[in-house]
Amino acid sequence: MAKTLYDKLWDQHVVKTRDDGTALIYIDRQLLHEVTSPQAFEGLRIAGRKPWRLDANLATPDHNVPTTKTERDVGIEGIVDPVSKIQVKTLDENCDEFGIVEFKMKDIRQGIVHVVGPEQGATLPGMTVVCGDSHTATHGAFAALAHGIGTSEVEHVLATQCLIQRKMKNLLINVEGELGAGITGKDVVLHVIGLIGTAGGNGCAMEFGGSAIRSMSMEGRMTMCNMAIEAGARVGMVAFDEITAEYVKGRPYAPKGADWEKAVEAWSDLKSDDDAVFDKVVNVKAEDIQPQVTWGTSPEMVTTIDGFVPKLEDAKDDVERSGFERAYKYMGLEPGQAITDIELDRVFIGSCTNSRIEDLRAAAAVAKGNKVADSVKQALVVPGSGLVKEQAEKEGLDKIFLEAGFEWREPGCSMCLAMNADKLGAGEHCASTSNRNFEGRQGYGGRTHLVSPAMAAAAAIAGHFVDVRQFELVK
Amino acid sequence: MEPFVKQSGIVAPMDRANIDTDMIIPKQFLKSIKRSGFGPNLFDELRYLDEGQPDADNSGRPLNPDFVLNQPRYKGASVLLARENFGCGSSREHAPWALEDFGFRTIIAPSYADIFFNNSFKNGLLPIALDEAIVDGLFKEVQANEGYELTIDLENQNIVKPNGDTIAFEVDSFRKHCLLNGLDDIGLTLQDADDIKAYEDKRRQSSPWLFDQVK
Repeated sequence: MAKTLYDKLWDQHVVKTRDDGTALIYIDRQLLHEVTSPQAFEGLRIAGRKPWRLDANLATPDHNVPTTKTERDVGIEGIVDPVSKIQVKTLDENCDEFGIVEFKMKDIRQGIVHVVGPEQGATLPGMTVVCGDSHTATHGAFAALAHGIGTSEVEHVLATQCLIQRKMKNLLINVEGELGAGITGKDVVLHVIGLIGTAGGNGCAMEFGGSAIRSMSMEGRMTMCNMAIEAGARVGMVAFDEITAEYVKGRPYAPKGADWEKAVEAWSDLKSDDDAVFDKVVNVKAEDIQPQVTWGTSPEMVTTIDGFVPKLEDAKDDVERSGFERAYKYMGLEPGQAITDIELDRVFIGSCTNSRIEDLRAAAAVAKGNKVADSVKQALVVPGSGLVKEQAEKEGLDKIFLEAGFEWREPGCSMCLAMNADKLGAGEHCASTSNRNFEGRQGYGGRTHLVSPAMAAAAAIAGHFVDVRQFELVK
Repeated sequence: MEPFVKQSGIVAPMDRANIDTDMIIPKQFLKSIKRSGFGPNLFDELRYLDEGQPDADNSGRPLNPDFVLNQPRYKGASVLLARENFGCGSSREHAPWALEDFGFRTIIAPSYADIFFNNSFKNGLLPIALDEAIVDGLFKEVQANEGYELTIDLENQNIVKPNGDTIAFEVDSFRKHCLLNGLDDIGLTLQDADDIKAYEDKRRQSSPWLFDQVK
């Protein structure tokens, strides 16, 4: 019978099917960070259990780590916030106690788990990958079955190497055609979220397919899968192809020699069969996609750069209408206001969505030779890992950013969720390459607008949102 | 985990769709390395008029009088009523921990985000999905009647209204079993340890690169 990519990955990982329709699914890789793991380790200790398979786990601190060089140079003791310091220390202690490999704060391989896994080849095609973080969907870009879990499940995977799962539905987002110049994976995924809503993918494994995805880089695919969760889908996926193989080859933990040949052969089947049946298909024309900007407090509150804050009469029902009213108030915006009229206080380029080398190159290309507007208080560039930072510096991107008036920081989650010192003040508008524009997400009372890296850089220079395509013309 | 068999309690209505986990428990409180103590900071940004800090005393903070959980008529509520896509956003299990710690045992909404839904069952918190029209009806009844209570009977899978009418609900049989008995599912999975080992051996043969040690 014809199978989807999800069907294949599922079938390959079933240890046992139970009478009630649930299945025990084997987990090949678990990534750990400091925020959602301490209670899981504590649970193991209380129950007197040991991790099932140490080498399946990889840890790195990311959410709480400071991004200023002065704090980082000191190491853990340099973390000013005492509560953050305890959490990062606890991860180190737990990994040392249980024997789990951790890229600690001063290791150049440290970074955001969803950047580090693929960068190291610790995420491989055909794997099941989990992490106590909803953006684990990122790893599905490698034709892996990857999703976020809660802390109880982190403990469950540590103890049993398995999860109890019920199969999800198959959803295909089919993007056919060629993306316009300046249109990135970020714009595609925000456009999709705008179409199907933040609950559109609930209960589904979401595969991104079509010619626009097949010609997209791994960085673009990771950005798209990363935000599948913002459309409600725990799982985002892209089929394996030559672009995947090219990216994985030679990474530290990728198979080598004869194993590589054998692996590529096995991976080549990691795609949906031509006649596979999906429960739902959403067709998108690549040519229709414009640069996206969110205006509200949910990723589905999104429009195009030439768009406007929607009016109340545009709401589909009472529930959405009251959501719009709350969002106008929280965001300090008027219905009908042009997106290009929104002025920015801060700009954030980073996060597990957009902090890879390609993202930094795109932002630097816009920043080059320009200056951050005087009205912008701060424009941060936070690389996704120590290795991304090193590569960017080799290419001179750090100098471009610094000369343009951006701050060049140390790797971590930073202002995406503001668990460290990088945050918005109340009422401040931020052009952000992160993934969530929820109330308070980037700081108490902060106002987030989600955009691509090039759009964020352009906004930093103009001081308000501008169409990056026109921006490049007038530069 | 505390078993969930039958519970009765006051219903608090939060008339809002897409209640996300950042709203349920803001990030600064995720720095805790414990599983308990999140209740005072549940819905922190909606509940208080100032910014909350981890490990701080919340008793003297100014309350937002408009927020539903601050209204005297909903004091002691243990059933939370909300709109669609409850619990969207991050995978933080701190969200169900905070709801439980505050005193909620049941959530009623038309739909839930998958990860939140799953996390709730692991913590003795029952998320019930009902048709939008039924949820809408409950909102009207709760708002019209002070002291409105519901009884949730998990064994029989129904909700009993004050007038004795019942609303049936669906629940996954495995999750129901675990909730009714307060079971830790790690112990249950480890009963299948031989199957896991057999699967693992087979996989190690066919795909040895999946077992290379990360250093």
